[in-house]
Amino acid sequence: MSAFDRRQFLQLASVGGAVYMSGLPGFARAADATTAADDFFFVQLSDSHWGFEGAPNPDAHGTLPKAIASVNALEQTPDFVIFTGDLTHTTDDPRERRKRMTEFRTIVSELKVKTVRFIPGEHDASLDNGKAFKEFFGATHYTFDHKGVHFIVLDNVSDPGAQLGDPQLAWLQDDLKQQATDARIVVFAHRPLFDLYPQWDWATRDGAKAVELLMPYRNVTVFYGHIHQEHHQMTGHIAHHSAKSLIFPLPVAGSQPKRTPIPWDPAQPYRGLGFREVAAQPRKAEYAITELPVQRA
Amino acid sequence: MGLDIDSRRVDRRAFVGAAGGLVLGAVTGWALAAPPPRVIEVVAKKFEFVPGEIQVRKGEAVTFRFTAPEVPMGFNLADFNLRVDIVPGKVATLQLTPDKTGTFTFLCDVFCGTGHEDMSGTLVVT
Repeated sequence: MSAFDRRQFLQLASVGGAVYMSGLPGFARAADATTAADDFFFVQLSDSHWGFEGAPNPDAHGTLPKAIASVNALEQTPDFVIFTGDLTHTTDDPRERRKRMTEFRTIVSELKVKTVRFIPGEHDASLDNGKAFKEFFGATHYTFDHKGVHFIVLDNVSDPGAQLGDPQLAWLQDDLKQQATDARIVVFAHRPLFDLYPQWDWATRDGAKAVELLMPYRNVTVFYGHIHQEHHQMTGHIAHHSAKSLIFPLPVAGSQPKRTPIPWDPAQPYRGLGFREVAAQPRKAEYAITELPVQRA
Repeated sequence: MGLDIDSRRVDRRAFVGAAGGLVLGAVTGWALAAPPPRVIEVVAKKFEFVPGEIQVRKGEAVTFRFTAPEVPMGFNLADFNLRVDIVPGKVATLQLTPDKTGTFTFLCDVFCGTGHEDMSGTLVVT
């Protein structure tokens, strides 16, 4: 794909997606008509929990394939797709875990996008320290660069105690040393790096150390999953954006006693589920987020 | 700072009374000692805490003693900034003297299996 088409972006927004702008100095700003040659967009999908069975999603076998079809139906092909964890639903049986990963990989192989990236969630990786995930999807933390943006993928789930751990933090520190303080940096993780709501385990035990390492860099944005809903928060100048799930939505933090799924509504199937497009404007260090439903109406 | 005669008399009596209490406490060993913390045993098993509801009083000192008979677990009581790892074969302890009333959720924060996300309980402070 060449330059990002702002008009098309706005059309997408008008058919059911919500537009959210992320950048400095704030993250809510009006759309801008200018585009640059290095603008691009990517798609974030999260928390598909392949293998889940239950009332919160009577179409558990159909939701992920429908989302894949919706991504393939986008008028422009994203530069890449990233799944931010909990690709599969947890199981105590290592063979069943690999069966689910095999099925998941087969389904997402239908994507017409050349580059598809993955990071693990605790359901994929916490019971075997990421062993099965690595067999199927490769490294659990890594970096890549794309059109002027430095992407850092963090693993805060392979440790069952939800920690990045000192070795990974040292790796992050070394990587960041290579970056200018005005570098465009995007971080992907599964769990929030800040204490969103530890009472529901919506945190990373040593996430504050990662945020501290990122703080000297002026243009940092974090995209994550885990909490099965859209959420936007700043820690200093760093914006954190969580994505919707592809299996069931969870309630707003602390809005009810237990962290139980929001019931399926037959009148509005797939409500609260979806994926997002992120339109990057590296020159401005801005990211326009468009939330899209599992299926177009 | 000046004091009138009456207040000096009152202060002297109070001093003598306090000194007597100190002497008595030193002799008996109990007069000024705080009561020992109440010990609350908690078992973290797949996939529940036993007991699942714990009652304490505001200002009451308690000691939690945790055991996990099966797999490693965690106890996290975020509202009081308390957490501990619970490893099979060892007793983990936490001290708490709650300074606020209410109902607070605690949970397992070490991913322990298929029922992990339902593994939580409540601390009720009255």
